[in-house]
Amino acid sequence: MIQVESLHKAFGAIRAVDGVSFTARDGEITGLLGPNGAGKTTTLRMLYTLMRPDAGRVLVDGIDAADALAVRKRLGVLPDARGLYKHLTARENIDYFARLQGVPAADCARRREALIEVLEMSDFADRRAEGYSQGQRVKTAIARALIHDPHNVLLDEPTNGLDVMATRRMRQFMRELRAEGRCVLFSSHIMQEVAQLCDRIVVIARGRVVADESPQALRLQTGESNLEDAFVKIIGSGEGLAA
Amino acid sequence: MNASLVVLAKEIRENLRDKRTLINALLTGPLIAPLMFVMIMNVVISRQLDQAEAPLELPVIGASNAQNLLEALRQQGFDPQPPVADPVTAVRNRDAAAVLRIPTDFGKSWDKGDPAQVELYYDSSRRDLQQPMKRLQAMLERYSRLNGAMRLVARGLSPALARPVVVDERDQSTPRSRAGALFSILPYFFVLTVFIGGMYLAIDLTAGERERQSLEPLFANPVARWRILLGKIGAICTFSVSSLLICVTAFTLAGRLIPTEKLGMDLGLGPLFALEVVVLMLPLVLLLAALQTLVAAFSRTYREAQTYLGILMVVPALPSVLLSVTPVKTVAWMYTVPLLSQQVGITEMLMGGSLTAAEVLTCLLCGFAIAALVLAVTARVYGSERLAISV
Repeated sequence: MIQVESLHKAFGAIRAVDGVSFTARDGEITGLLGPNGAGKTTTLRMLYTLMRPDAGRVLVDGIDAADALAVRKRLGVLPDARGLYKHLTARENIDYFARLQGVPAADCARRREALIEVLEMSDFADRRAEGYSQGQRVKTAIARALIHDPHNVLLDEPTNGLDVMATRRMRQFMRELRAEGRCVLFSSHIMQEVAQLCDRIVVIARGRVVADESPQALRLQTGESNLEDAFVKIIGSGEGLAA
Repeated sequence: MNASLVVLAKEIRENLRDKRTLINALLTGPLIAPLMFVMIMNVVISRQLDQAEAPLELPVIGASNAQNLLEALRQQGFDPQPPVADPVTAVRNRDAAAVLRIPTDFGKSWDKGDPAQVELYYDSSRRDLQQPMKRLQAMLERYSRLNGAMRLVARGLSPALARPVVVDERDQSTPRSRAGALFSILPYFFVLTVFIGGMYLAIDLTAGERERQSLEPLFANPVARWRILLGKIGAICTFSVSSLLICVTAFTLAGRLIPTEKLGMDLGLGPLFALEVVVLMLPLVLLLAALQTLVAAFSRTYREAQTYLGILMVVPALPSVLLSVTPVKTVAWMYTVPLLSQQVGITEMLMGGSLTAAEVLTCLLCGFAIAALVLAVTARVYGSERLAISV
């Protein structure tokens, strides 16, 4: 479970995150929705301790994110930046992160092969990452992020740049993570995706949470039967939302 | 396994697969300097030998005006060439290194006992042509002195009268020290090798990783950043030390290809010298790795880091250039300054001297202390938020 309490982060005069609070529960998919530049990535970066909040705090399974190393052990992170080591194969890329996470060699092999199976990576897993397609890159990045069997999974725009088939598989994979009882938090600017997947939607605009509801409640709250219209109404403009 | 070792092992493994890094660190970096050195030394030495031993061939104008003089010069190894029309143009156009002209009244002055004049045309700004001119000058001087002495003897006077002061030169250089003077550029080559050996790795492991967007996921792992930094520094040092070892070995072998014995020189490039060089260089290996990583951490892209490090590469040349332009006596404090300590230490060994334990210890302690300081600064920069953000 991830609890976010009144996070603030400013870069110079720009208040990128200006009082964000929400909770992402176990066994649920929580979607962080907002237009480009709304503060989604900055919020996530504070969750996986890449950045320190100016104010507010983050609790992961009850542990304060000030204890960065302990929190990172409980998180599987697919950041916005998902570069691979191009001279290493997918398997070697995954093993590197497993060692850094301190996963015992036997567990690592078992889990790695399971992830390669689930993510359908076997046809390229022993090829060097140089020349991977966007989809192959994202799959490898997700596999290495989950190699230590984290209870909480953070995905920053996981379907970005993927084709239709790869996107469908990604969504299926996220549902599987939920079924395993994990806490899944992902960001997106694609409304349709969030509507399909999420048990709970946190809408961020201009660094603030403007809604934190189930998709159903969101429709009720805005009085719009169409979810897209509901979002536009909440955010206050149609800017940056893709269907 | 310790996280730093994990990083170290992965970086070495990955970069062994990178042809560009490999060629730079293990081939061109360490081998170009010894190769260049052997080539230059062979040219320089064989040229000096040629000039000292070969017959001196210069055009002579009016040779028939001083038959005896020319005969005496011939006996000293002078080979008069046919005259040129205009000695000034010949020297200016480098058709001749120097031209000797004997005026028609040479014989008349000689017979009268007046100073008989010969003209020597040369260009003192052409340093490479000075050797033949100086040889001819010396031959003429010898002839003049000999005949002067004979004239005094013929008049019943001692030739010693005409030489109130005699200089007895006592050169204190040893064959080894003459070799050392020639080889004082060597320390710079070693420093440069360490610099180049680690540079591509240093750029790639920080600026390159950030540019390729793999630094942010790396930092999401539960490993303190200074541990990651240590692993990376370790990988850089492994490459630069390998580079240095190859370079020192190549120099040890190259020393045999240089015909120093022909010049009466002796070059102590043995295994002991190699070992001492490696030991003296160790603090510099760490210092440069930390410095390069620091620069790479401030650069946004691979190219930017490359540019900055290209500028930084000039810095190690400074002590070498300074010491060769204004040679100074080596004093104790010099061993406390990295770069300078390596320069004076290695030069000292090349000159046939040996370093005291205190000097070696000063070099190592001060070198490692400053390296640790730079490393601490680098670790601070590594811990900053903006480092990982790859935009």
